[in-house]
Amino acid sequence: MIAAIVVLSALAGVSGLLLGFAAVRFKVEGDPIVDKIDAILPQTQCGQCGYPGCRPYAEAIAAGEADINQCPPGGENGIVALADLLGRDPKPLSTEHGVVKPKMLAVVDEQNCIGCTLCIQACPVDAILGAAKHMHTVIASECTGCELCVAPCPVDCIDMVPITQTITTWKWTYPVVTTKAAA
Amino acid sequence: MMRFKIVTSPHVLQNTSVGQVMRRVLYAMIPGVAALIGFFGWGVLVNLVLATAVALLAETVMLAVRGRRLALHLSDFSAVVTAWLLAVALPPLAPWWLTTLGVMAAIVVAKHLYGGLGYNPFNPAMVGYVVLLTSFPREMSAWLIPHGLYQPQALTFLETLRTIFSGEWPARFALDALTGATPLDALRTQIGLGLTVAEIRNSPVFGFVAGQGWEWAALGFLAGGLWLVYTRTADWRIPTGMLGGLAVIATVFYLIDPQHYAPPWFHVWSGAALFGAFFIATDPVTASTTPYGRLIYGVGVGILVYIIRGFGGYPDGVAFAVLLMNIAAPSIDLCTQPRVFGARRG
Amino acid sequence: MSRLFPFHGGLKTVRHKTESNRQPIQPGPLPRRLTVPLRQHIGAIAKALVQVGDSVLKGQMIGQADGYISAAVHAPTSGVVVAVDTRPVPHPSGLPDLCVVIDSDGENRWIERQPVVYRALHPSELRNILRNAGIVGLGGAAFPSAVKLNLSGQDQHLETLILNGAECEPWITCDDRLMRERAAGIIAGLHVMVHLLEPREVLIGIEDDKPEAIAAMSEMCAGTGYAVRSVPTRYPSGSVKQLVKLLTGKETPVEGLPIDVGVQCFNVATAYTIHRAIDHGEPVISRVVTVTGHVSRPGNLDALLGTPFAELIEQCGGYREKVERLIMGGPMMGFALHSDEVPLTKAANCILAASAEELTPTRPVAPCIRCGACVEVCPANLLPQQLYWHARAKEFDKAQDYHLFSCIECGCCSAVCPSHIPLVQYYRYAKNEIWAQEKEKQKAELARQRHQARLERLEREKQEREAKLRQKSPARTAKAEDSGAGGKLDIQTAVAQAKPQPLSLIPSHEGTGESEGEKTDQSLGKQDV
Ligand code: SF4
Ligand code: SF4
Ligand code: SF4
Ligand code: SF4
Repeated sequence: MIAAIVVLSALAGVSGLLLGFAAVRFKVEGDPIVDKIDAILPQTQCGQCGYPGCRPYAEAIAAGEADINQCPPGGENGIVALADLLGRDPKPLSTEHGVVKPKMLAVVDEQNCIGCTLCIQACPVDAILGAAKHMHTVIASECTGCELCVAPCPVDCIDMVPITQTITTWKWTYPVVTTKAAA
Repeated sequence: MMRFKIVTSPHVLQNTSVGQVMRRVLYAMIPGVAALIGFFGWGVLVNLVLATAVALLAETVMLAVRGRRLALHLSDFSAVVTAWLLAVALPPLAPWWLTTLGVMAAIVVAKHLYGGLGYNPFNPAMVGYVVLLTSFPREMSAWLIPHGLYQPQALTFLETLRTIFSGEWPARFALDALTGATPLDALRTQIGLGLTVAEIRNSPVFGFVAGQGWEWAALGFLAGGLWLVYTRTADWRIPTGMLGGLAVIATVFYLIDPQHYAPPWFHVWSGAALFGAFFIATDPVTASTTPYGRLIYGVGVGILVYIIRGFGGYPDGVAFAVLLMNIAAPSIDLCTQPRVFGARRG
Repeated sequence: MSRLFPFHGGLKTVRHKTESNRQPIQPGPLPRRLTVPLRQHIGAIAKALVQVGDSVLKGQMIGQADGYISAAVHAPTSGVVVAVDTRPVPHPSGLPDLCVVIDSDGENRWIERQPVVYRALHPSELRNILRNAGIVGLGGAAFPSAVKLNLSGQDQHLETLILNGAECEPWITCDDRLMRERAAGIIAGLHVMVHLLEPREVLIGIEDDKPEAIAAMSEMCAGTGYAVRSVPTRYPSGSVKQLVKLLTGKETPVEGLPIDVGVQCFNVATAYTIHRAIDHGEPVISRVVTVTGHVSRPGNLDALLGTPFAELIEQCGGYREKVERLIMGGPMMGFALHSDEVPLTKAANCILAASAEELTPTRPVAPCIRCGACVEVCPANLLPQQLYWHARAKEFDKAQDYHLFSCIECGCCSAVCPSHIPLVQYYRYAKNEIWAQEKEKQKAELARQRHQARLERLEREKQEREAKLRQKSPARTAKAEDSGAGGKLDIQTAVAQAKPQPLSLIPSHEGTGESEGEKTDQSLGKQDV
C-alpha cells in the first residue's frame, strides 16, 4: 500500500518535472498576437473597419474591442484566417463595414488634375506622385485600391477602375466538374 | 474566323475507366466462381444473382437520394463487384434475408453513408460479411460439404431455390448429411481436441492440399488474380505482400512445431487467402495508396490473417484482417511517401 | 559506356509522327501582315524600338531585351510598322499582349548581315550577340539561351552538355526533320555552345523512333567527340529533367536546375538558330513548325514568326472537316487555342488541328478510386492522387507538402486516370493560386511598409514644425515651410519607395510558366552586361 503510494507519487513528480522542463525548453517564442493579426489583414489601409488603418484594427482585435468580420478587402478568406488564428468560429462579413468588391486601382484623369495635392495627403501608402500645381499620377503597382483619394479631389478627377487581367496575371481556373445529377 | 473548344491538356487520354476496371475484376472472378458452383451447387449462383439484384437496387436508391448522376455511377459496376465479393463469401444455402441484409449493410452503410465510391474507408463487402458473421454466426457457418453438382447427393436447382427462399430443407436429406465444417473450421476444432495437424489432414475433406473443392476454387481465383495483376488492374504489391506475409509467418510457426501448426502451403491455399489476396485486399479505395505502403498493407493483412486463424475466435480472418488494415491505411500512406524526383536520397 | 538510366513512370503514347515527317521542310508563306509579339519568351517583355510608320528591314531589331532574363525580337521581313498595340497571341487565356504589326512590302530586304568569328570573341561579347539575336529555347519553354550559356557565378565546371532531340510528344516532327535536313547547321551551333561552356562531354539524346535523324546526326558528329544516344521512345523523355536523368543518371534537385548537377541542356532547334546567328548574322525571325492533325497536307514549315496560324494551316491544305480543337504544342502538354488568328511565336513547335478522330472524347468525371495508376506513370515520382485531393480542397500548403512544384505538368497522370479527372488542371490551378497569393502577400507587405513610412514621415514633419514654431523665427513662417518643403518631401519619398523591391519567389523554367516572367526578372537583376 505504502509502496504503491510512494511509486505513484514519484511517477507523478517525475512527469511533472518533465512537463515543466518541456514547457520551459520548448516554449514557442511567437510574434505578439498583434503582428500575427496584422499579417493576415490585407494592408489596404482603407479604414472601412472603423480604424485608421490595418494595424490599429489589429490592435483592436487583439484587445478584444473589435470583431473579426469588419474588413471588407480581406473578404471571406481573411475572416477565416483570423478565425483560425484566434480559435474562433468564422462569421459572415459585417455589412455595416462594407461589401466585398473586386480589387480596383485609382487612376488620375491627367487632363483635369489641377495639382492640388489633396489626394497625396489622403493616400495612406504614398502611391500618388506629383508636385503642387502639377499633374499627379498614381503608381499603379503601389496603389492598394483603398479609395481614400477619391473623395478629397475637388474636381472629381480620380476614378477607380477594375484591375484588368493580362497575360501575366491570368490564372488557370478551378476545374468545373459535376458529380450531381442535372436537376 | 473559326472558334475552337477550350480543354486543358492532355488532349489524348488512354482508354480506361472505372467501369472497365470493375468489369475486369468481375471477369477475373469467373473461374473461381465456376469452381465454387461446381463443388457447392447452385446455391452459389443463386446467392450471386440475388446479391447483384439487391446491390443494384440499393445503389440506385442511394444515388438518387444523394442526387448523383445515375447513369455515370451505375455504369461503374462497383456495386456489382461488392455484391459478388460478398456473395462468394456466404454459405451456398444462406437464406435470402441473410444475403439481402449483408448487401444492404455493405452498400447503404459502408459505402454510401461514408460518401460513396472513393470515400469509404472500409471495404464494403467485408463490412457486410462481418456484420453477418457477428450477428448470425450459426447461419454463416452452415457450409455445404463439397459434393459436386454431378453427384446424387447434390441439390437440384429447384431444391436450392426452395431452401434459400423458404428456409425449408429438402425432405430427402438430413441436415447433417449436407453441411459440414470447412477445412479451416475442422482444423481449428480438432487441434483443440488434441489431434496433430498430420492426423487431421488425413481426412478426405482436406483434399490434396487445402480441402476438397476449396482448393480448386482457390486455384480459379489465383488464375483470375494473376490475370488482374498482368493487366495491371490490381497492384501486384498487395497480393504479393499478403501471401508472402502469410507464408512467412506460417513457415515460422510450422518449423517451430509442425504437430500443431499447419504448413504454409495449407494456409496460403485454404479458406479465403488467395481470393482475399487478389480480390478483397486489392480494393484500391480502402487499401494503402503508395507503392511501398501497398506492400506493407499486404504484409499486414497476411500476418493478421494468420493470427486470427491461429489464435482468434474465428476460423478464417481475411475479413477482419482487411478491415483492420483499412484503419491503418492512412497512417501507412503517410509514412511511405515515395522519394520525389530530385529529392535527396535517404 | 552508353548506359541509360531510366526514369520512373512515363507512358507509351500514340505516335502519329508519320503524318508530317515524310515530306521535307517547306518554306512558309510570306504573309501580307505579320503580328510580332514582344513577349515570345520567358522573362520580361521586350521594349519596343519602333513606332507606327517606321520602315523596317528584315532582321532589324524591333524589340530590345529588357533586363537579364529577356530576349530581343526582330522584324521577320521588310515593311512598315502599322501598329504597336495589344493583339491576340497564342496563350491558353486567349488574352491579347503587346505586338508590333508589320505590313510586308513583299521585298524581303535584309539588314546588313555580319557573320562573326566566334573563337576570336570574348565570351561575354559572344553572349551579347546571341542575346541581341533573340535566341531562346525553341523546344517550347522559350527561355533566353544567353542566360543558360553563362556559367560565371557557377563554381563548378560543366560536366555534360546535352542536346535535346528526343521530341517525345506525339504528332510533333519539326526537330526530326530539322535533324535529318540540317544536321550540319545544328552541329555548327553546337560548336558555339561548346566553345562557351567547355563541357567535359557532349551528348545528343534522340528517341529511337527517329532512325533517320539519328543516322544524320551521327554522321555529322563523326570525329567531333560528340556522342549521339538513342533513347527508348517513352513519353516524357524529352522533358529536360527526365532526359538529364536518362542520359547521365543525375537527378536535378527539387526546385533546382540541371546546372546544379553540372549539366546544361538545349534543344536541337536552338543550336540551329545559334548557327544562323553566328555564321550568317541572322537573328531568330523564323522557325520550323509542324502543322499536322486534321489538315489536308500535314508537314513542316520553315515559317516567319508573326505569321497567322490560319495562313500556315492554309498552306498545309486547310482544315479537313469538323476540326474542334486547335492545339499549340503536342497533345500531352500543349494548350488549346481560342482562335487561329494568332501569330507564330518562337515557342510554337507544333500546330495540331484536332477533330474527334485525333482526340479522346471528354468523358464524365468520377470520384478518385485511389487506384494508383497515376502514381505508376508519374515521372516526377509524386503521388498525383494526394496532390489532387489537396488541390481540390484548396489546401495549398498540404499540396506543397506533397511537392506540388515538382510536378512538370506532363499529363501522364490525367492520361491514365480511370476516373477521367482533369488532374493537371487542378495542379495548374493550385500553382497559379499559390503564386498569386504570394504576390498578394508581397504587395500587402509593401503597402504595410509604405504606410509605416508615411506615418513616420507625418510624425517627423509634425515634430519639425513644432521645433520651428518654438524657434519663432521671424523670417520664415511655419506656414510657408509646411506647404513648400512638404510637397517636395512627398515626391522624394515616393520616388525612393517606388523602386521595385526584390521579390523572392523564383519559379522553375519548365512548364508553361507564362505568369512568372516579371518576378524572375526582378529577382535576378542585371548580371550580364
Ligand atoms: S478595412 Fe481597410 S484598414 Fe481596415 S483592416 Fe481592412 S484593409 Fe485594413
Ligand atoms: S492612390 Fe488612392 S486608391 Fe490608391 S492607395 Fe492611394 S489613396 Fe488609395
Ligand atoms: S489515376 Fe485517377 S482514380 Fe486512380 S488514383 Fe490517380 S487520380 Fe485517383
Ligand atoms: S502531370 Fe505532374 S503529377 Fe501528373 S504525372 Fe506529370 S509530373 Fe506527375
